[in-house]
Amino acid sequence: MYQFNYIRPTTLDDAAAQLGSADDPKLLAGGQTLIPTLKARLAMPSDLIDISALKELAFIRAEGDAITIGAGTTHADVSVSPEVLKAIPALAHLAGMIGDPAVRHRGTIGGSIANNDPAADYPGACLALDAKIHTTKRLIEADKFFTGMFETALEPDEIIKEVTFPHPEKAAYAKFRNPASRYAMVGVFVAKGPWGIRVAVTGAGQNGVYRCEEMEAALAKSWTPEAVANIKIAAKGLNSDMHGTAEYRAHLITVMAKRAVEASLT
Amino acid sequence: MPAINVNVNGKSASGEVETRTLLADFLRNSLGLTGTHVGCDTSQCGACVVLLDGKAVKSCAVLAVQADGAEVTTVEGLEVDGELHPVQKAFREHHGLQCGFCTPGMMMTAVDLIRRKPDLDEHTVREELEGNLCRCTGYHNIVKAVLAAAEDMR
Repeated sequence: MYQFNYIRPTTLDDAAAQLGSADDPKLLAGGQTLIPTLKARLAMPSDLIDISALKELAFIRAEGDAITIGAGTTHADVSVSPEVLKAIPALAHLAGMIGDPAVRHRGTIGGSIANNDPAADYPGACLALDAKIHTTKRLIEADKFFTGMFETALEPDEIIKEVTFPHPEKAAYAKFRNPASRYAMVGVFVAKGPWGIRVAVTGAGQNGVYRCEEMEAALAKSWTPEAVANIKIAAKGLNSDMHGTAEYRAHLITVMAKRAVEASLT
Repeated sequence: MPAINVNVNGKSASGEVETRTLLADFLRNSLGLTGTHVGCDTSQCGACVVLLDGKAVKSCAVLAVQADGAEVTTVEGLEVDGELHPVQKAFREHHGLQCGFCTPGMMMTAVDLIRRKPDLDEHTVREELEGNLCRCTGYHNIVKAVLAAAEDMR
């Protein structure tokens, strides 16, 4: 690891101020991606601003027809939250499938979506559930938030405060894990709610998470596994790497979509 | 260098660390608690799992400065007054190890798991151990040991 200054602000306002004034800072949330990245010397921030201990960011709030989750809430806490399990069980299920138990004790929802790893799970949930991402500056719709692989709409001195998920009528997530890394080779989150029908695909797209409109249209006609079972996804624009070809991932999208719709009906 | 104070296995431990020092290295190099193993450079193997404020974490994916003011339990802290922890006893009884390198991380993960889910079944144990790699045993006796410890602690 290269040297850096370590700052542990005690309030979110303080963190935002530090982020705005440091030379080349990075926010440290759960650190489950960032610390391994630093260990590999793949990043060299001047300052690490540690927001992992900010209590004001760690909460789950049920509010009418939505749930709001603080950016600093760990995957472990989301996965066992009675509020989340009741209103959006698919989201609790997804949180419980991230990494392994030790990673889930540290990793946070804010960190996951700010990093926007193309194989991360939460971005798919945000997109499919039409989540609202509240930052220290504004509200960003999920559709506008994820702008490309490891890219988001966040400005350099902007911090995610909380994410609001409206209750879906039906939702489920199906993931095909890479057998070694356990990251999503392909993950598909399907959801149906007042905002319409959405199918979000993670792990496959060259630009990170995206919506599969072809499947959304099919599910709008009939919310059944059969509606998506025969859709052939084009391999163009999908990732090809040592773990699988674009064609293989294209095939997995259909299989995962089918499984997700099936799961949403049970 | 920042000075930190961490409660490790019930005792206050102070030291100066570089900001980039990992908790695993602080435990091993500054405190001499070499029971916490480091098996990879990529935070994937789970050999370094400790309890941080009661929860299993990879001590190679937490900075030592982040543990300032926190409570840490390492494998050395499982034994109480010369009496092995039920998880340690079960690993011995069921031969839940061969070379022993992954064992500290396995046991700390097991302690955390039994705290969260006292009513364990084999499938759950296998799922929950996914962050701990063992290259010798094929996991079979480790799973047996965790189930036996959970039973013992009920």
